Amino acid sequence: MKISLVHLIRIIRHGWKNIWLHKLRSLLTVLGIVFGVASVIAMLAIGEGASYEARKMIESLGSNNIIIRSVKLPSDAKTQQVSFLGVYGLTDRDLRKLETIPSVIRIVPAWEMEEDVWYYDKNISARVVGTLPEYRDVMNLSIKTGRYFDEIELQNSEPVAIIGSTVRTSLFPVEDPIGKTIKIRSNYFKIIGIAGEKVFAGASESFMAEDMNIAVYIPLTTTKLFFGEYETKKGSGGIRLWERNWVQFHRFILQVSETDKILTTASLVSDILGQTHKKQDYQIVVPLELLRQAERTKRIFNIVLGSIAAISLIVGGIGIMNIMLAIVTERTREIGIRRAVGAKRRDIINQFLTEAVILSASGGVIGVLLGILIPKAVTKFAGMMTLITPWSILISFCISVAVGITFGLYPARKAAGLDPIQALRYE
Amino acid sequence: MRKDLEEELREQAHPNRLKEYPLQESEDLCQMNQNNNQIIRFEEITKVYHLGRIDIPVLNGVSCEIKKAEHVAIMGPSGSGKTTMLNIIGCLDKASSGRYFFENRDISSFDDDALSEVRSRKIGFIFQSYNLIPQLTVLENIEMPLFYQQVDEIKTREKAIELARMVGLEDRIRHRPAELSGGQQQRVAIARALMNDPVLILADEPTGNLDSVSGKEIMKLLCDLNERGTTLIVVTHDVNVAKYSRRILKMLDGRISNED
Repeated sequence: MKISLVHLIRIIRHGWKNIWLHKLRSLLTVLGIVFGVASVIAMLAIGEGASYEARKMIESLGSNNIIIRSVKLPSDAKTQQVSFLGVYGLTDRDLRKLETIPSVIRIVPAWEMEEDVWYYDKNISARVVGTLPEYRDVMNLSIKTGRYFDEIELQNSEPVAIIGSTVRTSLFPVEDPIGKTIKIRSNYFKIIGIAGEKVFAGASESFMAEDMNIAVYIPLTTTKLFFGEYETKKGSGGIRLWERNWVQFHRFILQVSETDKILTTASLVSDILGQTHKKQDYQIVVPLELLRQAERTKRIFNIVLGSIAAISLIVGGIGIMNIMLAIVTERTREIGIRRAVGAKRRDIINQFLTEAVILSASGGVIGVLLGILIPKAVTKFAGMMTLITPWSILISFCISVAVGITFGLYPARKAAGLDPIQALRYE
Repeated sequence: MRKDLEEELREQAHPNRLKEYPLQESEDLCQMNQNNNQIIRFEEITKVYHLGRIDIPVLNGVSCEIKKAEHVAIMGPSGSGKTTMLNIIGCLDKASSGRYFFENRDISSFDDDALSEVRSRKIGFIFQSYNLIPQLTVLENIEMPLFYQQVDEIKTREKAIELARMVGLEDRIRHRPAELSGGQQQRVAIARALMNDPVLILADEPTGNLDSVSGKEIMKLLCDLNERGTTLIVVTHDVNVAKYSRRILKMLDGRISNED
């Protein structure tokens, strides 16, 4: 005889009643499932959030780009700390050589420094970037209001600037910054545009990404004209020392024609720079490679997580099986009575299997709720980005139901296999 | 499960549904007419329990017939096999050998599901220790047999209330069995046994745990049912209980030793 939907609902209702009768015991039974499901969702959300952040950050570097940064070697810093003039980094010669690589569409150089940016009495320490108009395209920089500087302003070394969103909010909380003048060192720049906000919380330095929100972009020629090619930095250490370094370019951004050619181009770049640079005072960052690495890391992370979750769900399932076996023993007489009034073996299996599934599914529901709350709390208190994916909720809930079926089947079959006469006699 | 039985049972449950009655062999039909008012026939039923390597014979070839609407008492000392016989009659147990006809149908070879179906549709049980389910209310206990027939919930409830009224417990339907006296619990058990409109009620020491007043009430209820046409088989030690029945089967060492 097939079970109608109405009857199934009645079976579920009966099962729920029996579980509700022993609230504490049922709660303790499903705790394993609750924590298993909650940890799967929460950990996946945290992992997903972290990888999303990393991916965004890497993508903000441009996946078709190769980035070469000038790096000041630590040994130089020590020996030339006080009076010597340091020389490091990428030069005009490097630029000309790299331009000869056929797969490179264009190279955008940038000169950077950390400076205090002033607007009347308000100031913020920002990254001042002197670059070309193409910078905007290769870095996918959006302009919220105003415009980017153009070729003519570059040629004329105009004192114009585009500010990042964080600079805007701290210097111009209420005013419209377009047309206003900001001061860097002793030079004045007119604001012509505001860059759109790039969203990524908690910048991880490991990806060499720059926080584009705390930046001021000015034409490269203007930088050379106003600041020269010397960078002045506050030195490290207890005593404040100033160090001066001669750096022509801090950064090259190479745009490669095809994604497939990125890796070969990167090794070519490394060869070319290796010829002239005696020390490795540069660093080649391939965002695509970083992206792939991040994905590999995520995969490993997911496998580790999956195994932990599987173990905790199995433990939870064993907990349910254990209690179900105890319940079957406890209700042996009831099973006998039900068999006497006409319940088939299948009816008894249905009854106990339903109870096991109700247990594990309610554990799953509590676990899902907890699993949604935990990442929210993590985001709120630890400031980490979390991302709950619907499929993680769906899968973990389905697994909890599957655990109920798997671990409820044996006790249910045991119950159904009882001899009715002996079950009726059971004390 | 045997197809023909299932169909027949279904037909009885839903009389308005037209079903082709399976054709019987003519010999079979003759026998049917002959034994039309016979509900139970035992032919050389034996039962042997296997306890490890030892075989314990409990029934040693029991043959008997019980007619519809009869009231039979089975008596005998402990270990004489009367409860085993009742269990076999009630399809809770299967005979080791011999043939058992229930309503002219040989059900000795029925499988577990088919026997459950017979219990569900045809038989009501009453036990010495009431055997109510403690976590369910009186009403839910009474309703239980129809639960497994997947009968509509509202109809089930109406019938259960009606039966509770019949046994005089309509004001106790929300109580749990533990809140009732022994006599009341046994009346709940009787109501439960009547839920599926059984043709046969089997009572195993129904008054064994009751005082004499409650015992008399219970027996009166059972006798009333019997008078309305339900076959009643009572297993008892008690001569006073056996007195109610018109026929007494006395058992000794797994055989019917005497019949009054």
